[in-house]
Amino acid sequence: MPSSDAPLLEARGIARRYGRAAVLAGVDLTLGAGECLLVVGPNGTGKSTLLRILAGLARPDAGTVTLDGRPVAESRGRLGYLAHDTFLYDDLTVAENLTFAMRLQGCEVAGALDAVLARAELLSHRDRLVRHLSRGLAQRTALARALLHSPALVLLDEPYTGLDAASSTALTAFLLELRGAGVGVILVGHRPEEGWDAVTRVAVLARGGWVLEGSRPATVPEFEARAREVLVG
Amino acid sequence: MGDFVRIALALAAKDLRVEFRTRSTLLAAGIFAALVLVVFNFSRDPTAVPDAVIGPTALWVAVAFAAVVALNRGFTLERAHGAMDALRLAPAPRGALFLGKMGANLVFVLLVEGIAAPLAVLFFDLPLATAGWGLPLLLLLASVGLVAVGTLLSAMAVRTRFAELMLPVLLLPFLVPPLTAAAGASVRLFGGRPLSEVVGWLRFLAVYDLVFVTLGLLLFSAVIDE
Repeated sequence: MPSSDAPLLEARGIARRYGRAAVLAGVDLTLGAGECLLVVGPNGTGKSTLLRILAGLARPDAGTVTLDGRPVAESRGRLGYLAHDTFLYDDLTVAENLTFAMRLQGCEVAGALDAVLARAELLSHRDRLVRHLSRGLAQRTALARALLHSPALVLLDEPYTGLDAASSTALTAFLLELRGAGVGVILVGHRPEEGWDAVTRVAVLARGGWVLEGSRPATVPEFEARAREVLVG
Repeated sequence: MGDFVRIALALAAKDLRVEFRTRSTLLAAGIFAALVLVVFNFSRDPTAVPDAVIGPTALWVAVAFAAVVALNRGFTLERAHGAMDALRLAPAPRGALFLGKMGANLVFVLLVEGIAAPLAVLFFDLPLATAGWGLPLLLLLASVGLVAVGTLLSAMAVRTRFAELMLPVLLLPFLVPPLTAAAGASVRLFGGRPLSEVVGWLRFLAVYDLVFVTLGLLLFSAVIDE
């Protein structure tokens, strides 16, 4: 069970079935402020499902999730979530999408929008319709959308998908900034080398639970070797 | 209250901006409404049923179908790219989300009525002056009721596998009361009957609106959140 001394996020006994298949069977998780947990695992092992439950978008069959001691459903606005879907409207521009998101989150738009666009290096794309963006730019816009309200907890499901090398480096640097600001991050990915520098703990999800967890090993190959051992075994 | 209204306005504005940019659903609903009126126009026997009866009836049939198109569009927009999850993640009062969606749907339906009503007046030679101010009030009250119940039910239907089929199936029983009232009242208005004969229908519609707007505000959370 991944653990921390001062849990920002605490999930206990998370279980979820799809039909007869138990995707998650009593998963526990705690995450402290400023920590970045990398979760990897084979396809179909429930990583995205776990993130949706932690975000309060899916109800577990059993278990509880709290953010700073309060049920996650009462903590909307304190978490940011990036899913496989971008949450963007194709027929709105980048600026319009982010403005709408800011209004939903109760953020002041005037003056802040340009800062959000600049931070995500989207200023030159602000008036482009999302449907005309490349996958990478749409992903950057989606990421900006997930983070614009300065959440305390950030849940990222394969955030490096579609990003070029420069954007990936920028994202990792941003994750380090978030950690420095005390934000907790859970990063789901298939390639541990993406975001490795920002990661503090690692975990492998398989067979309904954690098969490997702990502090980040020194190198990616070391982690991959240990993950292969537990997954094959 | 300020945040509540701001969020509702932001959501309605977003929906309308998307629709006016593409105009796809507005055009489809408008053309569909016009087609219904054309078919009624050419199939009617004026010696059997007076125009003042068939015209308003045809108008409300057209509006009902156009409203279903509008309501389907409203949440289909959110299904694309998972935007519905983004709404659910927001710390916005669920009542504000309902009101925003309802507001956009209402504008849409009123725009379709703006296309259909003049066509109905033209095709069936309806005496607009005779109907007076009762007609716009009737259009508004009936539309609010259609849209209020439709917004709530479309939020339910969008989460099912066959959302486009489920919405009309769920909606039909709830549309009968306001459509019956609207058609009955408008037939009387265009027939030159005094306003006192339709006040009962108008009151019924006002109560229907109050009930379903209130239910929507209270139940939207249960509908969209797991």
